[in-house]
Amino acid sequence: MFTLGVDIGSTTSKAVILKDGQEILATSLIKAGTGTDGPGRAIEAVLAEGNLRPEEIASVYATGYGRKLLKNADGEMSELSCHARGVHHLLPEVRTIIDIGGQDAKVLSLGTDGRMTEFLMNDKCAAGTGRFLDVMAGILQLRIEDLEKQAALSKQIVKISSTCTVFAESEVISQLANGVEIPDLVAGICQSVASRVAALAKRVGVKETVCMSGGVAKNGGVRKAMEQELGLNITYSPMAQLMGALGAALYAYDKS
Amino acid sequence: MGEGEKKPKFAVDPNSAKFKLNEIVAKHYKEVQEAKDRGEKIGWCASNFPQEIFQTLGIKVCYPENQAAAIAARGAGQRLCEISEAEGYSNDICAYARISLAHMMVGETPEQNMPLPDFVLCCNNICNCMIKWYENIAKELNIPLILIDIPFNPDYEVSDAQVAYVKSQFLAAIEQLEEITGKKWSDEKFKEIMEISNRTSRAWLEATAYTKYTPSPLNGFDLLNHMAVAVCARGTVEAAEAFETLLEEYKKAVEEGTSTFRAEEKYRIMFEGIACWPHLRTTATGLKSRGINMVATIYADAFGFIYDDFDGLIRAYCNVPNAMNLEHARDKREAIVKKTNTEGLLVHTNRSCKLWSGFMYEMSRQIGEDCQIPVTSFDGDQADPRNFSEAQYETRVQGLTEIMESNKGGKD
Repeated sequence: MFTLGVDIGSTTSKAVILKDGQEILATSLIKAGTGTDGPGRAIEAVLAEGNLRPEEIASVYATGYGRKLLKNADGEMSELSCHARGVHHLLPEVRTIIDIGGQDAKVLSLGTDGRMTEFLMNDKCAAGTGRFLDVMAGILQLRIEDLEKQAALSKQIVKISSTCTVFAESEVISQLANGVEIPDLVAGICQSVASRVAALAKRVGVKETVCMSGGVAKNGGVRKAMEQELGLNITYSPMAQLMGALGAALYAYDKS
Repeated sequence: MGEGEKKPKFAVDPNSAKFKLNEIVAKHYKEVQEAKDRGEKIGWCASNFPQEIFQTLGIKVCYPENQAAAIAARGAGQRLCEISEAEGYSNDICAYARISLAHMMVGETPEQNMPLPDFVLCCNNICNCMIKWYENIAKELNIPLILIDIPFNPDYEVSDAQVAYVKSQFLAAIEQLEEITGKKWSDEKFKEIMEISNRTSRAWLEATAYTKYTPSPLNGFDLLNHMAVAVCARGTVEAAEAFETLLEEYKKAVEEGTSTFRAEEKYRIMFEGIACWPHLRTTATGLKSRGINMVATIYADAFGFIYDDFDGLIRAYCNVPNAMNLEHARDKREAIVKKTNTEGLLVHTNRSCKLWSGFMYEMSRQIGEDCQIPVTSFDGDQADPRNFSEAQYETRVQGLTEIMESNKGGKD
């Protein structure tokens, strides 16, 4: 039996097809989120990769900010529960999840049975989210995927003190004008995201094993900065950005 | 329905508590305006200033906090906030203050009008931003400000020294009010008002305690509306009777298994903080659509004052939720959570109220841990609509619901 989970985020759409509630058969990720054709394209792509027709899918669950907009879904769950479920499926030892997406950051606490027991989210501000990194990459004329490489080249981190994305933007521009090296700035930007979200994590209470999920988890610069902020190792799965969709596919399996 | 025909409005039963309570609020504003028109001196007053004092003196006052909430609920919060901001007030200041200052500047606000004051009465047991807010009104309108300093109490109980400190200020304030208005204090009248106020408070507390029943006979959001009467008319017989009617209605509802919560009550939560008035419908619907009833709120206790004499009155006003220390405030809430079998806590992180929201991070953490209930918070504002995101609210409430469901042994 095949089930489909679709995670419609603010900047990307992700889909996962699961076989018999266990095996990940196909995945897709489209860089277009809610309110665009991204969800449709993500579903088309995942069906093509899995070599399946829509009618072969037993159940579909949606999650993410656009979860209520997916037509023909059999149900929807919040991205909080879906990330918890997805991570627990692949990494059952995880007790704390730090999920940084396009427009929010969440810290989830999991019980030994994988159930989410508590969560905290960022306040109504883009600081500490993927959007912050997007804006900063834009100013530095870098691709978002290059931030990790640049951060690794840093010799002396330049601290970005502004919390506000707009103010941080001008701070970065003035640092550039001062001749600061780009890798040092990028490391500072990664640290800025990590320190803000680490504060959330400390409020929830960090229990090991800690894992990062969401798009920003792919950025090794932020992962490294987070490890330094929390003083522990962060577990990471290449599936980090797809955990929400995976969780939704698991809920779809329960339903079918 | 043919063109031009209007759907008849739902008529409220004139014998119902809802009707009576609405009438009291309407009468309250009307009486203040009439007093002003007669040339009497009228005041603006903080919500936690003893209503009994005006009632005894026969002075009419109105409440800027109630007015600002009504204006915000009727969709005019942003317009008024922007008037204040254009005059140089920062948008970091409490939105009630910005709305009130704007109303002072424009003089007329159709969404909820009230006459400009001849004096202002501030009690800082509710907050300290209010001191500057009222000082500015007094300065702008060149009118007297009576300020009663009721400091935040770092101790668990109210001390005799604190009562003495606050009492001396109230006695001076009564003299000042006599001078300003020409009205006279009467101890006999005060005793009479005190009895009525206690009767009102008892009925209010007993009625609000009905949320302990499962399912609750009331939608907790009802209390947010009824509270206005507890603030502005506690010392009136009409208020006592209206709350006694409310109590009877809840008794009957429990017997008959009915409720003003128009959905199946699947989950019971505590809502912490002032209502997000500009988005009341969105926030209430986000709960109701998931079968979540708000059965616990500190508001119920906040405006029920029971006391035996003038010292008791002072002690009660020194012991309001915003003036008590974290441990005391936490214990009060935990008692409510336990009494009402609350399953989750939803905290409104209210940009306007630094005092209330500031200590909520730690207090809600302790409540969650002690009572073993999930906690979540959302960003919003009591009156400025710009500080709220519906999508973020939805995700947080859904996450809370999913944990409550999971705790019941449901899916997951």
